[in-house]
Amino acid sequence: MHPWGKWGRSFVSYGTAAARAALADAGLEWSDVGSVVGADTMRCGYPGYVAGATFAQALGWQGARVTSVYAACASGAQAIGTARAQILAGLADVVLVVGADSTPKGFLAPAGGERPGDPDWLRFRVLGATNPAYFALYARRRMALYGDTAEDFARVKVKNAAAGALNPLARYRARVTAEEVAASAVVADPLRLLDICATSDGGAALVLSSMEFARRHGHPDPVRVRAVSTVSPTYPKAVLDLPDIATDSAAAVSPAPHAFRASIARAAYEEAGLGPEDLSLAEVYDLSTALELEWYEDIGLCAPGEGAKLLREGVTALGGRLPVNTSGGLGSFGEAVPAQAIAQVCELTWQLRGTAGDRQVQGARVGITANQGLFGHGSAVVAVR
Amino acid sequence: MARTRRPVVAGWFTDDTVPEAEFRLLGTRCTACASVFFPREDDWCRNPGCPGGGELAEVPLSPRSRVWSYTDGRYRPPAPYVSDPDAPWEPYTLVAVELAAEAMVVLGQAAPGVTTADLAVGTEVEVVPGVLNEDEEHVWTTWNWRPVTTADREERS
Repeated sequence: MHPWGKWGRSFVSYGTAAARAALADAGLEWSDVGSVVGADTMRCGYPGYVAGATFAQALGWQGARVTSVYAACASGAQAIGTARAQILAGLADVVLVVGADSTPKGFLAPAGGERPGDPDWLRFRVLGATNPAYFALYARRRMALYGDTAEDFARVKVKNAAAGALNPLARYRARVTAEEVAASAVVADPLRLLDICATSDGGAALVLSSMEFARRHGHPDPVRVRAVSTVSPTYPKAVLDLPDIATDSAAAVSPAPHAFRASIARAAYEEAGLGPEDLSLAEVYDLSTALELEWYEDIGLCAPGEGAKLLREGVTALGGRLPVNTSGGLGSFGEAVPAQAIAQVCELTWQLRGTAGDRQVQGARVGITANQGLFGHGSAVVAVR
Repeated sequence: MARTRRPVVAGWFTDDTVPEAEFRLLGTRCTACASVFFPREDDWCRNPGCPGGGELAEVPLSPRSRVWSYTDGRYRPPAPYVSDPDAPWEPYTLVAVELAAEAMVVLGQAAPGVTTADLAVGTEVEVVPGVLNEDEEHVWTTWNWRPVTTADREERS
């Protein structure tokens, strides 16, 4: 990975640095790579709308197969899914997956121009509904339904900041107190500045290979990707979601028993032949503190409504029974959209190898990542050792 | 010159030819499977289990329902939201409303003056015409959600 922050350089430089670090970690040369899959960056000028080829060019054209993947916040996981499918299909032995972004300051905003056919453009034009506005709607709903409190949300930040303080790649490395969260400005009632993840620059990369290639190159017990879920929602999607102005109507068709976010992890567990009871740790998208609690429920750590209880009992903190966001999460990193789902898998890799330093989850054997992107993209990765 | 009133998006709500008391959001309903769409879907029914062969007919949505959740925007949103960068930012309130008959949640801004302190999950609200912004040529109209007062309830029940 490239350290996250606001560095003011092109996304290409972050992705290339991350790619070189991943190759060095794997003990491979760039010329050994048969395929490059880039998670697309959608802003910030040339080349901006290309990623696979952009990184291949920056590393030096060498004729590898090239693929670009866009799935908003799930781009990185879909890039991993694409790389894995190529390896399983025998199209490549070694695939380099790269995602990076240099993110403008402030709210993530849609591309410019008059584009009334674009739902992302419409929610800003018609409603002024920023991403934090949606996070706040979920947070307020949890307060009404389950009795979650602002103090519960702040506990997530305190927990993740404590983990991030131990991660040299994180942007924010200071511990945070509940009082500091409560003293930060309200962005979207009931969420405050420290409840919401920042936007950042950053890059992450992975080298994936076939098991046979790994063993041949002296890795008898590598970290293995056991599942990559990239499911779409099912109709009717009855939970309000970014960037929608309304949900699907459930008047004619009943919604599936598991809502979209929960279905993402379920598909991964089914593919992996594992369940939440097998987990050693999880990395989930804490775009807001309140959303992390929802993920506990959606990845099956507890029943709906019990996320805050799990947090209060210390289960999901470093040293707890099932640590969540040992990396420090997006609260400590900030959003670098195409990189963050890859960064989650980097953290799983270090944890499963036992090389996560002060953040190490003792005896980690199984980890899951979960994330969700705009426009019905969702992904989860299960990795095992 | 008088500014023209124009909906921010065409066809999503009744226009000025309809009395304000009859203001409604407009969706479409598939005549084959009865699925409702808002924002309106005019090309194809999106229910994958729809038997097909139907048409998408315009349908007014329920004028009143209950708050699913709500929030506000304490910071100025980026473009294409229109606001005067020289004027102090006035937070807007955003309401997600659960329409019982259509079994769907619809977002909207609250009517001017309604703050999060005026709302709770479950509060009854009604849809009313609103103004999103004005420029030299147009008054851009939209829909707003407004809490139903006791007086309203008596008057209209």
